[in-house]
Amino acid sequence: MTDTLASHADRELNRGEPLIEMDEVGKSYGAIRALRGINLRVNAGEVTCVLGDNGAGKSTLIKIMSGLHPHNDGSLRVDGKDVSFASPREALAHGIATVYQDLAVVSLMEVWRNFFLGSELTAGKYPLAGLKIKKMKEIADAELRKMGIVVKDIDQPIGTLSGGQRQCVAIARAVYFGARVLILDEPTAALGVKQSGVVLKYVAAARDAGLGVVFITHNPHHAYLVGDHFVILKLGATTLDKTRSQVSLDELTRQMAGGDELTELSHELKR
Amino acid sequence: MSQTVEAAPAPAPSSEPSGRVRAGLASRLMARPEIGALVAAIIIFIFFLSLAPSFRSAESFFTVLYQASVIGIVAVGVGLLMIGGEFDLSAGVIVYTAGLSASMFCWYFGVNLWIGAILSLVFCLAIGFLNGYLVMRTGIPSFLITLGTFFVLQGANLGVTKLVTGTVSSTDVSNIDGFDSLGKIFASSFKIGSVTVWTSVLWWILFVALAAWTLQRTKVGNWIFAVGGNPDSARAVGVPVVRTKIGLFMAVSFLGWFVGMHQLFRFNTLQAGGGVGNEFLYIIAAVVGGTLLTGGFGNAVGVAIGAFIFGMTSLGIIYAGWDPNWFKAFLGVMLLLAVLVNLYVKKMSTTRKVG
Repeated sequence: MTDTLASHADRELNRGEPLIEMDEVGKSYGAIRALRGINLRVNAGEVTCVLGDNGAGKSTLIKIMSGLHPHNDGSLRVDGKDVSFASPREALAHGIATVYQDLAVVSLMEVWRNFFLGSELTAGKYPLAGLKIKKMKEIADAELRKMGIVVKDIDQPIGTLSGGQRQCVAIARAVYFGARVLILDEPTAALGVKQSGVVLKYVAAARDAGLGVVFITHNPHHAYLVGDHFVILKLGATTLDKTRSQVSLDELTRQMAGGDELTELSHELKR
Repeated sequence: MSQTVEAAPAPAPSSEPSGRVRAGLASRLMARPEIGALVAAIIIFIFFLSLAPSFRSAESFFTVLYQASVIGIVAVGVGLLMIGGEFDLSAGVIVYTAGLSASMFCWYFGVNLWIGAILSLVFCLAIGFLNGYLVMRTGIPSFLITLGTFFVLQGANLGVTKLVTGTVSSTDVSNIDGFDSLGKIFASSFKIGSVTVWTSVLWWILFVALAAWTLQRTKVGNWIFAVGGNPDSARAVGVPVVRTKIGLFMAVSFLGWFVGMHQLFRFNTLQAGGGVGNEFLYIIAAVVGGTLLTGGFGNAVGVAIGAFIFGMTSLGIIYAGWDPNWFKAFLGVMLLLAVLVNLYVKKMSTTRKVG
């Protein structure tokens, strides 16, 4: 399962080396401060889990890293250099690929067309150059096979695959085209237990291949299965920032569920 | 087995070395967008063959093809645009805008028709660009934007023609320089035995072939499907969504210009109010040919079959000696049937297959 990842992962990735560093990063939309004082480190070969309730600032954090919105406060460093992305394309050029939960694929298009969308193999540079259809089908099929997804027919519309498989195709595509940092936006939110397992296994495989993974979720159980480092956001600020050895699943679950507020509430509602 | 997730390749259920299953011939055929249109075309063809004796000749077959080509050339562009997820309601009148602007410019300034034809091409491409630019820039549905352009062009066609010529038709261009050479390109015909073949039929076949190649075999085609199927996800993987869509609007206006030139050099003079309503014929041809109204699905051959059905019925009803007014009612029924078939196809291809 890891061989495909290992063969495409950047050889210069050294485990534990910081790929993305955020120092006191903040973001305001007009008068509204969506994010403030965020310190986050994404290391090669580690999974950084970002947890938080709805409206906690998770999406804003992703948007800064993936280049959809630039930050206004603090500094963002990629490979030690200060950057501020103006577009997703710039983030991609730095090897930062984002897989969104709902817009990962075009469901009416064939699996292989989806796999190569935006990076098609053509026979030449001119606009009407033929696609290398046979080769693209072979590569897509082989890549998916390596990660354990056997599609019935590589020509079938990707909408006929299960949600977990679609998510995996999107991740596999990002890795195949040279991602060094994978940002996964709620990859398991819409999935059942079995399908979530498929995605989580692949997250672990990406980590083992040396990629830096940012795993956004509101499910602490999923996070704890693969995470090395946990950050909980609340109202735009960090409320917990611990490594795996410093925090237990119970603690993580309690913090996610509301932490002290929940304890207080349980006293109030005592019966 | 499409859902089972295994670390090793599944045991091969077929003899194919890759272990991949190919869907059966029947289900692969059913998944093609144009299959419904093809079946309908064959049925309608046999229907008119048996009912209308004058339908049974090579001459009338080529008349049908000619009729189909005049609609089909623009319909191919409209089909691509619809696969790309947009509409163009101005496609019918732009044909006349193209012809009128070329003819009146040359008549008024007394210049060679080649200059008029080229200026008219630039003008049409600019309208296509404007359509696309406004849709992409404002996010307003293309249905509304092009409805606006449609009315602007319809009014301007009449208004400007009246200002220049004093009547509601353009002046005869057959005495202006360049008429013969342009006529050869856009509106000539040749005889094979007793059969008259218009070059517009050959152009139509060429455009369909080009569109089919672009859609299935080039990266631009991949992008067209993607921007129609899911523009956000297309943008996320680096597809130039804005450029692709604007390009499609310009392709439609180019093909509109082409048919406009054909009309001008075939009839020498054009009625300023023409073309209204044709935009719907293009859309009907595309939908009957299996194009999904919501975008992301369809193909060029299907649209060509849709235009062929149009040509067959519009003439077949006359050959059969019926009241031609029934033609529109028939088109409406075809459209409804096609929409139902398309809906079914979309449902089939986006739901998970079990087994």
